[in-house]
Amino acid sequence: MRYQIQPEDRMLVDEFRQNPYGRHSPGLLRVLNRMRGAPLDGKYVLVCTKPFKEWKLAIHGDRKRPIEILHDHVFKSREEAEWAVFKLRWKALTGEELN
Amino acid sequence: MLELIGYADKFSVAPGEAIEFKVSAFKGQRFRAEIVRLIHGDANPEGPGYKHAPVPSPIEGEYQGRNQPIRAGSFGVVPHHPAFAALESFTLMAMVWPTTPAKGRQAILALGDDLALAIGDKGGLVGQIGATTLESEAPLHERHWYLAALTFDATTGTATLIQRPLLAYPGGADAAMASASATRPDLAGADLLIAAEGSPRRSHLNGKIDSPRLLARALPPERLEALLVRPLPADLLPDLAFAFDFAQGTRTTRIHDTGPHKLEGQLEHLPARAMKGWCWSGEEMCWWRKPEHYGAIHFHADDLFDAGWATDFAFTVPDDLRSGVYAAHVWCGDAEDGTQEDLIPFFVRPKRGDRDRPKLAFLAPTAAYMAYANDQNHIKGDAAEMVIGRLVTYQPSDIFLYDHPELGLSLYDRHADGSGVCYSSRHRPILNMRPKYSSWLGATGSGLWQFNADLHITDWLESHMAVEFDVITDEDLHAEGLALLEPYDVVITGTHPEYHSTHMWDAMRAWIDRGGRLMYVAANGWYWRIAFHDELDGVIEVRRAEDGIRTWEADPGEYHHSFTGEYGGLWRRQGRPPQALLGIGFMAQGFDICSYYRRQPDSHDPRAAFVFEGVEDDIIGDFGLIGGGAAGLELDAIRHDLGTPPHTLVLASSEAHSDVIMLVNEEFGVVPPNLKGSEHPNVRADMTFFDTAAGGAVFATGSIAWCGSLSWNGYDNNVSRITGNVLRRFLDPTPFS
Repeated sequence: MRYQIQPEDRMLVDEFRQNPYGRHSPGLLRVLNRMRGAPLDGKYVLVCTKPFKEWKLAIHGDRKRPIEILHDHVFKSREEAEWAVFKLRWKALTGEELN
Repeated sequence: MLELIGYADKFSVAPGEAIEFKVSAFKGQRFRAEIVRLIHGDANPEGPGYKHAPVPSPIEGEYQGRNQPIRAGSFGVVPHHPAFAALESFTLMAMVWPTTPAKGRQAILALGDDLALAIGDKGGLVGQIGATTLESEAPLHERHWYLAALTFDATTGTATLIQRPLLAYPGGADAAMASASATRPDLAGADLLIAAEGSPRRSHLNGKIDSPRLLARALPPERLEALLVRPLPADLLPDLAFAFDFAQGTRTTRIHDTGPHKLEGQLEHLPARAMKGWCWSGEEMCWWRKPEHYGAIHFHADDLFDAGWATDFAFTVPDDLRSGVYAAHVWCGDAEDGTQEDLIPFFVRPKRGDRDRPKLAFLAPTAAYMAYANDQNHIKGDAAEMVIGRLVTYQPSDIFLYDHPELGLSLYDRHADGSGVCYSSRHRPILNMRPKYSSWLGATGSGLWQFNADLHITDWLESHMAVEFDVITDEDLHAEGLALLEPYDVVITGTHPEYHSTHMWDAMRAWIDRGGRLMYVAANGWYWRIAFHDELDGVIEVRRAEDGIRTWEADPGEYHHSFTGEYGGLWRRQGRPPQALLGIGFMAQGFDICSYYRRQPDSHDPRAAFVFEGVEDDIIGDFGLIGGGAAGLELDAIRHDLGTPPHTLVLASSEAHSDVIMLVNEEFGVVPPNLKGSEHPNVRADMTFFDTAAGGAVFATGSIAWCGSLSWNGYDNNVSRITGNVLRRFLDPTPFS
């Protein structure tokens, strides 16, 4: 079965915020695999709008709908985008708002 | 979105020869064109940045663009024969294995506009004779064999449609028969189309067809199976119009009729051949040992061999143009996101027959470029984000590919019907083989993969080492074998030379055995066996058999290449593991961040002294444009039991990988719980060196990311130093021991 995020996973949020890529604790990787393994329809992806300078959040439509670019979600780095998406997914999975 | 894209009729071109470029400008805009030499394709501001040099040429100028569409979908066509037009009563029949019966109308056999046997909108068979349509109300099951037949009795004016499953389930809900009055179809001038109908072609079939038959007699339904008997029952022979045997000519694009007229047809867009037919039993797994079990062709509505665009301009390579990596640059504007330009890469190889060459060649892994051409695992794969450990990032060309599946698939994709893509061609725009392109797959930082990552190597050779070198390609190596390599003392690979034909493999082995010195600055090389086609250029085949990192799995009984008859799959499964050729072989993969190497005791062996000249560091490559380190993406390591030569020196090994990097599945049988980078001792790259009896040698880095570190700190770093030391020593003819 798919992992369900638990209350004690809250302590992993800072670890992700400090370092969104790479060597993560097993607990954080389990949370991330839950988030990243979502089905394509409705999944967040990034769209590079200016090479190495600007990215926008977008929603995958599983080829049934065009990729929907969210023009008000603009990022100057991919790390910033990772954190924004983590917060959105955390909210969706736990109901909790992260700051 | 992208405003123009293009492709060339070849990857590799020699001085004195012409290469043709085909462009589609979607709004019919005018565009400009020039030839450029590609120097550095990585636009990452932390590195040298994008660099190309214009090459003055007669093609420079402005062109009137045009929209050139792509019509994907394979089919067969058999030119009209008078026997068609002469038909009175008839039986039209085939065995069919539909893979998407619910997709809507899909043609099985069509003769002109007046006669068709098809799958209808309700998912059952449809027969069409003139104005009469017969339709089965019983939907076909996916991946089940059916006898499909349409008969017409001219004496009674009765048409009958028969849908007969080979497997019977309780209730028999997928069998059907329907009859109606009809008039004789007008087949004057009608061609026979297989798996499509109409002009332009439409109603492409997803699925297999086996044994199409046409008999000038209306067989009663209970006798239809007689048309599959070999030899054909004698009483049917006088009325036989055609009986195609798709097992004949498997290596070609032709289909053959065993009937009295010996009809021949042509297959377009490479449907899959050497496919199990309706009577495959499992007693034989190889198509050419029992062709009567392999009478099927698998057609796909998304097969694409050749986009077929018209040529916009041709460039004849001047005799004095140096060998290298080039592109036709076409543009209709200067949008910052690159959507108003395309750079269509090509390789200028040395003049044919000229053996007075520089001592060094870069072997561009064009077979791997073809294998990955328009890879869509970031568009269609749920697991993509987990595998790369970060958000999937789309470039404008990825969005274009998302919107335009007709650009065709890579060997990593599945067709829309779920079957694996076993052929990939370069006769179409390849959006992920471009300078400036960042791939979803290529780690944090620059995110390069394959072609654009390989420009890190040619840039380093030119901008830092200032060494003369030729560029040769996989296709040249397949065509010319050892003779292509003979002029060179040293060959340097691309970052991920994964796909090799038998001829390519043999040529590299022979060259190393004769004293060649190979720099394998790569990982996951010499992994899959591929086949090239006897007649068509620019297309390769893979059968993802048995084992390995597979994004699809070949069906049992379909492990042999249709292009050659060879057994497909991993070279390791042919008794030729990469370790036996290179010293190391594929061990682990993961696409998030990259790590570093630590020197090993062998690095202090006098035999390896040249490698570390001027390098005091114990840690190698803890920096780089690809994932921040020289060790990552895919990793190779030694295994003496798989053929690593016993005298191989392990100079350095990588460590501290993330847990997104994991052991590859051919490395374990029972699944152990410690597959991840932080736990498994074999999740590592080994940097190795060995020499050969004839004075040859192999230096291997075991990491796809290695070359992303070459330019770090203005090329002044230990990765560049080590690679340079090896190159200089390899170019020095002095024996190693």
